[in-house]
Amino acid sequence: MTQMNEPLLRVDNLTMMYGDRVGCKDVSFELRPGEVLGIVGESGSGKSTLLRSISAQQEPTKGVVEYQTRIDGVRDVYQMSEAQRRLLMRTDWAFVHQNPRDGLRMNVSAGANIGERLMAIGDRHYGNIRSNADSWLGKVEIASERLDDLPSTFSGGMQQRLQIARNLVTSPRLVFMDEPTGGLDVSVQARLLDLLRGLVHDLNLAVIIVTHDLAVARLLSHRLMVMQQGKVIEHGLTDQVLDDPQHPYTQLLVSSILQN
Amino acid sequence: MSEMLHAQNVAKSFTLHTQGSVTIPVFEGIEFMLSAGDCIALTGESGSGKSTFMRMLYANYTCSQGSIKVFHDGDWLDITTASPHSILEIRKRTLGYVSQFLRVIPRVPTLDIVAEPLVALGTDRTAATEKARDLLTRLRIPERLWQLSPLTFSGGEQQRVNIARGFIADYPIMLLDEPTASLDAQNRATVLALIEEAKSRGAAIAGIFHDHETRDAVCTGSFDVTSFKVGAND
Repeated sequence: MTQMNEPLLRVDNLTMMYGDRVGCKDVSFELRPGEVLGIVGESGSGKSTLLRSISAQQEPTKGVVEYQTRIDGVRDVYQMSEAQRRLLMRTDWAFVHQNPRDGLRMNVSAGANIGERLMAIGDRHYGNIRSNADSWLGKVEIASERLDDLPSTFSGGMQQRLQIARNLVTSPRLVFMDEPTGGLDVSVQARLLDLLRGLVHDLNLAVIIVTHDLAVARLLSHRLMVMQQGKVIEHGLTDQVLDDPQHPYTQLLVSSILQN
Repeated sequence: MSEMLHAQNVAKSFTLHTQGSVTIPVFEGIEFMLSAGDCIALTGESGSGKSTFMRMLYANYTCSQGSIKVFHDGDWLDITTASPHSILEIRKRTLGYVSQFLRVIPRVPTLDIVAEPLVALGTDRTAATEKARDLLTRLRIPERLWQLSPLTFSGGEQQRVNIARGFIADYPIMLLDEPTASLDAQNRATVLALIEEAKSRGAAIAGIFHDHETRDAVCTGSFDVTSFKVGAND
């Protein structure tokens, strides 16, 4: 049980500069297994920059990202070899993009999109790969008969669910999500939220989710980080940050929500 | 009776940065205690801050000063300084809260929403669902609605779903914000019975009740929040 309380990810003083311009500055936090951290803030506040720098897609100017690997214990993600880092990114980590086209291969079938991640970690048995892919289609509520169809024939909501299946098939422990419900209409969004919450709970996933939608953040995340101009200006329990915000910018953000 | 929750010297003020940074002092010097088997009514006129105080007890609102200690898993934890992890653990196992608002993901069936707190505690899903059925039946939510999202329900039905969800786990401490507000006489009687059952198993309860009859029927004491309003004793 001690392992449950040890952080899975530790980010220390992460700073990303683009020349003189600040992408994100001095961000520190820890994430435990099964914990969902929401990052909110307006466009240009540094949310996506931070997500890319944590997820090894863009080396930060300064700071440390440490991850509790399955085999080698705690490792500095940017001190690993390129090969080790790539293996981590396609097995124990997953990245769900806002636009499913950025996370899927559009010219191969739905089944191949899921199977590809399995083959990347050495799975070679075609029958196993196919049945595994099929069972994941079921988990994200896509009918089996679509297994051999191209993702381009899917609706936006289905593409997003396929992207999630492709990402989760390797049983990752940490999932990065950048506006996963962004381009979807509200009914599809509700279905995806329900699905995500179920998967997070059942698979004990740790998630870092970037969103500008405070309602999505409230329903999915345990903790919330509010960013403005590259800095974390407020960080705490989600409902506390949203219902009793302390920082002027968070108060502005919360008071700007439209009521229905 | 054993003490379960203890608020000491608690103060609260709101600073509204978007409105000229005006600071509104609300409470100061609150001393409040709950023991097992208690059902304490929080009283005070409308707008006096009963719900605000209850939200502070749930760590939904921060405190400007003081401590709120909760007896959780054999230890006293101060929720005004506890980490988000600890607060979530306390809410999961020790501190239940029936709010006036139902906040759920659209599309999730009522039965699952009611069963969820028990499932989160590790109870087997079948057993949790069975208990959810019992509670929904007692609270007169027709079975044909159980597979639908409560977001489509009437205000009174949503309120009863909220109550079922709040009472499904045997929380040692319970906070009830107007649990009988929009209910008819029959359903109010059911809620009173649920409160009595919680008291007799030793729950420590703080509640806001809009009517005297409910208060007189279940409460063992009352706590007037107005005496701790800033300026009340000047």
